[in-house]
Amino acid sequence: MSVTHDAHIQVRNPASTAQRPAARAWPDINNPAAWIVAAILLIMPLIANGFFLIEIFATTLILGTIALSLMFLAGYGGMVSLMQLTIAGFAAYMVAVFGVSGNANISLGWPWWLAVPMALMLATIFGTLGGALAVRTEGIYTIMITLAIGAAFYYFTNQNWAIFNGHTGINNVGTPHFWGVDWRWDIPFYYVVLAVAAICYFAVDYISRAPFGLALQGVRDNPRRMAALGFNVNAHRVAAYAVASFIAGLAGVLQVWNYRQISPGSVSVGACIDVLIIAVVGGITRPVGPYIGALVFVLLRTFALDFLVKIGLDGNRFRLLIGLGFLAIVFWSSDGVIGLWQRWRQSYYSQSDRPAGGRGHG
Amino acid sequence: MDSVARRLSAVGAGAALELRGVTRLFGALAALTDVTITVRPGERRAVLGSNGAGKTTLFNCITGDFPPTSGTIRFFGEDVTHFPPYERIRRGLRRTYQISALFPGLTVQDNVYLACRGVSRGRFSFLRPGQNDALMHAADGLVQAVHLSAVKDQRVAELAHGQQRQLEIALALAGAPRFVLFDEPAAGLSPTERVELVEILTSLPAHIGYIIIEHDMDVALRVVESVTMMHNGRIFKEGLPEEIQSDPEVQELYLGGGHE
Repeated sequence: MSVTHDAHIQVRNPASTAQRPAARAWPDINNPAAWIVAAILLIMPLIANGFFLIEIFATTLILGTIALSLMFLAGYGGMVSLMQLTIAGFAAYMVAVFGVSGNANISLGWPWWLAVPMALMLATIFGTLGGALAVRTEGIYTIMITLAIGAAFYYFTNQNWAIFNGHTGINNVGTPHFWGVDWRWDIPFYYVVLAVAAICYFAVDYISRAPFGLALQGVRDNPRRMAALGFNVNAHRVAAYAVASFIAGLAGVLQVWNYRQISPGSVSVGACIDVLIIAVVGGITRPVGPYIGALVFVLLRTFALDFLVKIGLDGNRFRLLIGLGFLAIVFWSSDGVIGLWQRWRQSYYSQSDRPAGGRGHG
Repeated sequence: MDSVARRLSAVGAGAALELRGVTRLFGALAALTDVTITVRPGERRAVLGSNGAGKTTLFNCITGDFPPTSGTIRFFGEDVTHFPPYERIRRGLRRTYQISALFPGLTVQDNVYLACRGVSRGRFSFLRPGQNDALMHAADGLVQAVHLSAVKDQRVAELAHGQQRQLEIALALAGAPRFVLFDEPAAGLSPTERVELVEILTSLPAHIGYIIIEHDMDVALRVVESVTMMHNGRIFKEGLPEEIQSDPEVQELYLGGGHE
């Protein structure tokens, strides 16, 4: 035990140095692994069939973007918000309510290009108001307040029939259709999702080195000193919630187009916590973490059932696998999968001077 | 002394900092009782006193980290008693902390850049600073002034203690400070680093006044022209450094008890 412990400490420092490169350039632009991943994502429709394209990769990118909004708040701002899925769900509901759906008595029938900005605006306002409540607290109380907002929204959608259509939710939600393309077809939809996820990923990465993002990291490290440098700490935190809410809202719009329906089950407390698991499993120090976490989560959710049935266990135990994986990752790496990856690479480098090739995420 | 007089007359009349009857209670405990101090612009003053004399609480009241329970605080004539800390900082007040209060996850350069950004516009800017960003150049200058250029791209968590203390000072000098509160800047510094600290303090522009809390008399009395002695949350004595040093009561209370 003591040997592994020592190795752990040795590796720790260089790895954490590499975590936040000081160079003010695009990250990964010189990283061949990032280019390979980008290329694979772009030609995915040639490789993967419709099931993999949508059920695995598009779903991963959507969930990853919701988790990215949490990573932005938690990793840069030190605020763990459990309501990010609720904000995404709120945006999804608003798309269904303002746009076109099978419930003609609820939906207003606006075209998507009006319904989506409206949904994004309302979701951002909703998340910002929730954030304004949450920033008055720290640590575990932030988690409690945001969880309470998530739970309240879940029960409200269950019981409200006038707007949210109760526990049945809103079905047959309309998806965009223009330039002769049905954008919910698998391949166009995959590219829409990929584009939105890429924009969110690069935006978060860009902002992290801009004054707003640096100040947010300052607030995370030492809020009192930030005030003593002239920053209005609470205003900064609320603004961070606004940014995160907008990102979560974007993902929510994609989610409702993906499933073409939204119901309270999609915004349950369990689903809120899934987003936290995704972000922590992937790692919350860098924007790529949530996407890795989402891929692990979606793969487990999709295939653990078959796997468990095959070895003679109850398929519904897939959450047990996720839970065990979560425990293992948190136990061995406080920085999720990307932390494990960095430590592995670090030890690889220290063993040989050859540069490591192969798998990587960008 | 002549140069001091010239310097003080150059910055004009009026008080930089004016505390009237400032009291701060923590429950039943009075950390400060009826403190009245006037500091002129450009004046450099040491606050001495044993542990628990209320020196750091005084700083916290002046910056607004803790508001005073009663009394008023004026900064260059403006009543700032009920202002949040960041409003006071934006008006030219600065402080350092006894225990370094830095941003360990960020680089030295980013720490100083944040300090420069905090007292200028664009705190919420979403645009990365470019090559010719004025604040980035200002940050470079400050990093250089506190001799940290060699480590400017290192994360603060990896700096030595002395370097962190120097960075602590750099953060307080960003922008256009008018008055600085230094809370034990020499704590934990080596003798060489103390010499550098004295150099940094004495080479500050003349219009910048400060109050320094310092236990090291060699540092404190070399960089100030007046001294306030505190005891049990009250002002005990005020005077010139040599008067305080030779005062029998002060010696008994503070300097006598096995100093150094």
